Amino acid sequence: MQTYTHKNTYLQQQEKMFAAENGLKGDPRLQAISESIRVIPDFPKPGIMFQDITTLMLNHEVFKHTVDIFVERYRDMDISVVAGVEARGFMFGPPIALAIGAKFVPLRKPRKLPGEVISESYVLEYGTDCLEMHVGAVQPGERALIIDDLVATGGTLFAAISLLERAGAEVAECACVIGLPEVKIWLVYLKDTRKMSKLLLDFDYEEPI
Amino acid sequence: MSVSASDGEDDQRILTIKEKIRVVLDFPKPGIMFQDITTLLLDPVAFKNTIDLFVERYKDRNIAVVAGPVFLCISLLISNSVSARIEARGFIFGPPIALAIGAKFVPLRKPKKLPGEVISEEYVLEYGSDCLEMQVGAVEQRERALVVDDLVATGGTLCAAVNLLERAGAEVVVCACVIEVPDLKGHERLKGKPLHILVEAH
Repeated sequence: MQTYTHKNTYLQQQEKMFAAENGLKGDPRLQAISESIRVIPDFPKPGIMFQDITTLMLNHEVFKHTVDIFVERYRDMDISVVAGVEARGFMFGPPIALAIGAKFVPLRKPRKLPGEVISESYVLEYGTDCLEMHVGAVQPGERALIIDDLVATGGTLFAAISLLERAGAEVAECACVIGLPEVKIWLVYLKDTRKMSKLLLDFDYEEPI
Repeated sequence: MSVSASDGEDDQRILTIKEKIRVVLDFPKPGIMFQDITTLLLDPVAFKNTIDLFVERYKDRNIAVVAGPVFLCISLLISNSVSARIEARGFIFGPPIALAIGAKFVPLRKPKKLPGEVISEEYVLEYGSDCLEMQVGAVEQRERALVVDDLVATGGTLCAAVNLLERAGAEVVVCACVIEVPDLKGHERLKGKPLHILVEAH
């Protein structure tokens, strides 16, 4: 899901690792992936340049490349849980989970998951929102990967990390197809999640619209 | 009519799937027995079996499009007295199937979620109506399509999905769901399209 502002708010550059810096520079797949993402101006509100990944999924080869790049990175990292953030995280998470033999855990808006859940609130420009996870979905000590389509301020991912850590899991990494504010910087890997959490607390960031 | 997988080898995999689906009572409303597939997703073997069963069936059928309704509210009538809205999760099963059979994945969503130009299909619920949307240009004329969802009840969602795809000129070859609520006869609302299901609701 996208809860971001069109203004240039972002985690410090050194906290993000882009695929190009991560040994994938010159990988022809990245170019094709970037070009397949459509930008829609003024959606859902004026001033927002929406990064539309539905066009990525219309191109089977590019969709496969995207999943493959993540799978190549994570299959030997002992990851037993892939947690996907509603809703677009559900499109990339399951294929990655299936390929690396991990379970898939959906992280959802309130009242959508049946049964017992744990909740984590996070701050928006006006008010708050909330992410939920099923109790018992992850076991203490499991290693988790969090997936979303896009990262902007990181607020959603921060809430996702909290949920998984509260359940006793260790978040190995967060992975997103797109990182803002630079348009179409692709395959962002957020490492050192502890540092990222601290950064968000200290950082005077613009709340999402 | 709905067709269940009945081959002996498939039976074992179907058993693993059925036992992983959790029934949650009184969700989202009293009287409803909610078929929860999240527990299926927690078991990599069972999840893979689910995808494999669909992929094996469709991979050689020249399907270019897999369409999945997303988080759509459907109305479920239980005992003629209680109705509830349940959300569908075609988003979770659709993309893996699409990737495995070489097809594109097209999300079908509630209003105002898809950016750009869309076509809309309204359909009737027990009380009021709901609406499903698809992006213009997502499918092309005569493309063969498969509609995937986690559960079919009244068939309203699937029917709306079929209509959207046909309006865009695609040919809907089959609808596939993990779970069917048989008493609601959802397969009768599919305009003659075959419905393939794996298990019946607990």
